[in-house]
Amino acid sequence: MSLASPDLAGRQLPDRLKTPLQRFLVSWELLLLGVAVAVFVLNSFASPYFLDPWNLSDATFNFTEKAMIAFAMALLIISGEIDLSVASILALASTAMGFAVQLGADTPVLVLTGLAVGLACGAFNGLLVTGFGLPSIVVTIGTMSLFRGISYIVLGDKAYTGYPSDFAFFGQGYVWWVISFEFVLFALLAVVFAVLLHRTNFGRAVYVIGNNPVGALFSGIRVPNVKFALFLLTGLMSGVAAICLTSRLGATRPSIAFGWELEVVTMVVLGGVSILGGSGTIPGVVIAAFVMGMVTFGFGLLNVPGIVMSIFIGLLLIAVIALPRIARRLLAGRKD
Amino acid sequence: MKLLKSLLAATAVAAVCIAAPAQAETKRIALVVKALGIGFFEAAAKGAEEAAKELGDVEIIYTGPTDTTAEGQIEVINALIAQKVDAIAISANDQDALVPSLKKAMDRGITVVSWDSGVAPEGRQLHLNPSSNPLIGNMIIKLAADHLPDGGDVAVLSASATATNQNIWIEEMNKVKDNYPGINVVATVYGDDLADKSYREAQGLMQTYPDLKAIIAPTSVGIVAAAQAVSDAEKAGQVNVTGLGLPSEMAGHIESGASKSFAIWNPIDLGYSATVLAYNLATGAAEAAPGAEIPMGRMGTLTLDENSEGAMADPFVYDSSNIDDFKDIF
Repeated sequence: MSLASPDLAGRQLPDRLKTPLQRFLVSWELLLLGVAVAVFVLNSFASPYFLDPWNLSDATFNFTEKAMIAFAMALLIISGEIDLSVASILALASTAMGFAVQLGADTPVLVLTGLAVGLACGAFNGLLVTGFGLPSIVVTIGTMSLFRGISYIVLGDKAYTGYPSDFAFFGQGYVWWVISFEFVLFALLAVVFAVLLHRTNFGRAVYVIGNNPVGALFSGIRVPNVKFALFLLTGLMSGVAAICLTSRLGATRPSIAFGWELEVVTMVVLGGVSILGGSGTIPGVVIAAFVMGMVTFGFGLLNVPGIVMSIFIGLLLIAVIALPRIARRLLAGRKD
Repeated sequence: MKLLKSLLAATAVAAVCIAAPAQAETKRIALVVKALGIGFFEAAAKGAEEAAKELGDVEIIYTGPTDTTAEGQIEVINALIAQKVDAIAISANDQDALVPSLKKAMDRGITVVSWDSGVAPEGRQLHLNPSSNPLIGNMIIKLAADHLPDGGDVAVLSASATATNQNIWIEEMNKVKDNYPGINVVATVYGDDLADKSYREAQGLMQTYPDLKAIIAPTSVGIVAAAQAVSDAEKAGQVNVTGLGLPSEMAGHIESGASKSFAIWNPIDLGYSATVLAYNLATGAAEAAPGAEIPMGRMGTLTLDENSEGAMADPFVYDSSNIDDFKDIF
């Protein structure tokens, strides 16, 4: 692969150049880490219940499942695409698992069902985007209604329950003391995705495509294949999240995870991934997940109404999108 | 025996009331609703505050998610467990999905009751229904009969023919209709809970039965459509539309006289009762078990059935005397 050869690296991989934007992004993760620490400290002072191992453990459930999808979403957004159907894929995968339970499936079959449906939905999105060259935002707005629509047709106002008791481990089990299975899975996936994005040729290709798709094509990257793989991966992670959430709730309704696509995208963008593609890191997304989870939990402890939380997250998101541009403009202005 | 039981219960409550000021610790009761910003639940919160004032040593935490999802309520429940509240009284978005987290709350010593919209039995100690099917069935025909001292023909405008709730209520109504002599139920028609179809069915009823004195619509869509049809036919005062409806939607028709009265649960009473029940369980004054009778302040006592569920009261009647107080609430 010519991609990895050192003499070309500087020219082909613009993400390695130290532009002002890049430098800002490097400090962005630091800034976010500062926010996370501040949120943690403020919460500890604001509520006497915050610094309790069990309470903190409960709080991690506020973000672990969303973060699993956010990792794959981060790669997809860096490559210049987006998938707004993730919450609907989750609903459809959960519905399929519920249906399998009615047919007498045991836990391994349920897990396979969830993963398979996630992959199938991802493949469908990927095919429409790469095969027919359709814009991903339009395709996935469509499949967002389609996938959840199927769940509504199957379930109506009913619910699937009666999941086997060992299935509950994924969403309710603890590996050691207060460390839940979901949290361990979240941490493992964070490492896997960080390595995939930052240490492999595939990850390099994702950045290149996001920065310059035509250039990527000319430098021999199979752009459609990479994008298709990213949609598959996003579908698969939605399936993994479906297994965790279904196991945690012990029931499936068609409204499961309603509105999560926006929270996942929020988490990714808050983590410093450019919504225009081309830049962003997995550690950033991990910190963003903690910030969002701790803010929600902290507000919850103070019994702040949910709408105030939404306003806060909304303001945070606008600030995150606006800050790099303002900073860039200021930096550009100083050069003149 | 029953007298002895209620005497014992009364003594227990009295004992708690006397003991309460001595233990300075206030009981924190969380009223968790389907979503914040809904008039019905804001009214329930008012009832909970009323109960708190009456009980004295109670702090109400009124909370809920921004949209009506089970996941949102679970986040709220986790935060409440973390605060070690004394009781959670919840109107659930999903009767099954909340069970694991509510079980966890009970494991950690928190009293859990559900009200309005229930939780499966293993996830709560008791469930408070606003009313019961027999009470509703009786109420809808009583509403019509109250304004027909000499009897007359009445017809039922229901939702769809397969609507479970409406069918049960009409069945219960038919069981007790002999208690209202002179009242003739001449027809049952179905408006499918669609405004235009219900409107046409109501028009049809008035044409087919010129002597019709009342239309009973046990559905909030049907009752508004029927009242509109009666107004448009200029028969307000001749044909009385009644049944189950929402004060905000029915206020105009009460004013015009197309409807003299209608019924629905009173959210203030519901929030009040849920709070008192949660308090009585949390203080140990009462215990939730099938067959138990638990006092709920000014609303009397709640008798639990085999599923530890109970009905609060008759549906609350709204007419020209109180509609203005409620039309802005829900």
